[in-house]
Amino acid sequence: MTALGKLLRTTAFRLTLVYLLVFALFAAFLLGFLALNTRRMINDQIMRTVDSEIIDLTNMFERAGLRGLIVAVDTRSGNPGSSLYLVTTASGDGLAGNVGSLEPRVIENTGWSETAYRRLEQPDSEEHTALVRVVRLPAGFRLLVGRDLAERERLFSIVAVAGRWSVAIVVVLGLVGGFFVSRRVLQRIEAMSDKAQTIMAGDLTGRLPIAGTGDELDRLAANLNAMLERIEALMRGLKEVSDNVAHDLRTPLTRLRNRCEAALRAAKSDSDYRDAIEATIEESDQLIRVFDALLMIARAESGEPRAGMTAFDAAEIARDVSELYEPVADEKGLALHVEAASPAPVRGNRELIGQALANLLDNAIKYAGAATDRAAGAAPEIVVTAETRGDQIMLGVGDRGPGIPPADRTRAVERFVRLEQSRTEPGSGLGLSLASAVARLHGGELRLEDNAPGLRALLILPRADVARGTS
Amino acid sequence: MSAKSNAKVARTMRLLIIEDDRDAADYLVKAFREAGHVADHAADGEEGLALASHERYDVLVVDRLLPKLDGLSVIGALRAKGVSTPALILSALGAVDDRIKGLRAGGDDYLPKPYSFAELIARVEVLARRHGGREETVYRVGDLELDRLSHRVLRGKDEIVLQPREFRLLEYLMKHAGQVVTRTMLLENVWDYHFDPQTNVIDVHISRLRSKIDKGFAHPLLHTVRGAGYVIRDGAR
Repeated sequence: MTALGKLLRTTAFRLTLVYLLVFALFAAFLLGFLALNTRRMINDQIMRTVDSEIIDLTNMFERAGLRGLIVAVDTRSGNPGSSLYLVTTASGDGLAGNVGSLEPRVIENTGWSETAYRRLEQPDSEEHTALVRVVRLPAGFRLLVGRDLAERERLFSIVAVAGRWSVAIVVVLGLVGGFFVSRRVLQRIEAMSDKAQTIMAGDLTGRLPIAGTGDELDRLAANLNAMLERIEALMRGLKEVSDNVAHDLRTPLTRLRNRCEAALRAAKSDSDYRDAIEATIEESDQLIRVFDALLMIARAESGEPRAGMTAFDAAEIARDVSELYEPVADEKGLALHVEAASPAPVRGNRELIGQALANLLDNAIKYAGAATDRAAGAAPEIVVTAETRGDQIMLGVGDRGPGIPPADRTRAVERFVRLEQSRTEPGSGLGLSLASAVARLHGGELRLEDNAPGLRALLILPRADVARGTS
Repeated sequence: MSAKSNAKVARTMRLLIIEDDRDAADYLVKAFREAGHVADHAADGEEGLALASHERYDVLVVDRLLPKLDGLSVIGALRAKGVSTPALILSALGAVDDRIKGLRAGGDDYLPKPYSFAELIARVEVLARRHGGREETVYRVGDLELDRLSHRVLRGKDEIVLQPREFRLLEYLMKHAGQVVTRTMLLENVWDYHFDPQTNVIDVHISRLRSKIDKGFAHPLLHTVRGAGYVIRDGAR
């Protein structure tokens, strides 16, 4: 398609054409109305003047007779101007006046008429048009008074010309304006679609240009950019997932394979094989656990389980999960306290929030339990809290373990990040990442704080009534 | 094997396995036969639906993704026909929502792949029993007695005081006395959570319960089944 063709097909240009048509019609109507009114006004004025002259001259005739009338008419005919006078006998012979010729039968009919005429003093000039009135005087005499209509015609033609010109100007200006407006819009759209092409070609960091005028195109571009932002984040997440899946699954898979090979090579008895196979099953269970955790984080990140959300009391979850873990903590010599007396309404996925809290608690028991031997000074206790603060629900797990250095804290809750020291511990090692993903899914966050000493993990979730408003 | 010894206690079951993966199906049929049960196999949804409609089975083991007719539709069609044979859904889709979808479609239990056979047979046996079983007010295993109405537990003449959760744990074990129950079954039915708790939380709860009901008695009733879970039964039998 040619550039002009493209331009003519833009919405802006089509709109321009429609407006143009409407404006031209409107202008024509307005001018026509104006012209007709002007014409009527001039006619009225002529008629009033002619009427008053006829009254004057009729009076003159009654007072001074035919002679007086003829003198008055001759005097008036001598005045320069556009007035016409004619006095005739009953048979139509001219007695006085300045009219040379008239259309036939005009003089015979009394009343108003328009007629072509020639002046007496200019018999060879071309015919003019006049508005005349004829009255019958006593004794059969006739009196004609009229006005030349050249003025009216001139005015009318001026208006007509002005009308034609203004319509022409509206059309030309409109077309030019429409052309420029369309071109400007087209240029911006073109810039956007060019950018979109490069983005589609794989450059996800690209963004649509924003002119800064705050108009609808800018708003559209801003929204599309926000969408691109989200897509880019998801793509980045996906890449991280695949990288982490590769790392977190390759390592145990390699171990698994090595173990089988070692068994094939070195096993001598049935019990050797049995041991190797049992170890393999254990290893594959661990692998499944890591895989499940990764999958669940990915699904939570994608916002998928949003459908299964219900309203429930987070304090109850805190008590339930604590009760579930209490014997384990007890076995490790840790006292587990729950401070969750008042209800903490949350809207979300009970299963996921329960699992997130279980992960935090599991971590706390794992690290604080291991640390109690070393840090004998600190009280070996874990405190699980559930409280409402403003429009947020905070589920906290505080321990007295070694904690996480401040520098590592933000990194620890990023998706799929595992701190080096956690890789050696049993479990998927993805507990914090999962808890963080669950928090983000619910529009909250996982915050790690210094418990002085130890670590306090806070799962911050929006309150139920607030969350309902946004969902 | 542990599963085998357990099968001697349970009656023989007739099972239908609807699974399109030939290897997985062969493995299941063979494993169930070794455990003393009879297992038929259907390779697609339509065949499975036809078999399940015309034959009597104790439990159906249904894969979710099947050729011709998917697993949930098979179960839905059976339920619509009034066939109430308990069905366990096997699925590679293990997320919470998928599970809910499966149970809503008329499935009685849901097991995500990959699963251990010990887990599967334990669940299948519970389903088979549930179908024909009755709800008793008092459960008895050996000289252990649990009254579900008065919430009292007696071992011989001694009353045993249990925490509410311990009571529910023992109630579940005794309801399925003689059957292996796995850790995940306990977590699902006693705590109503479906996630993997990562540490040995259930084991610790069991060992607490055991110390209350078995400690000081000559015949322990609560047994650990290695690689599978727990079973409560009168050791003398």
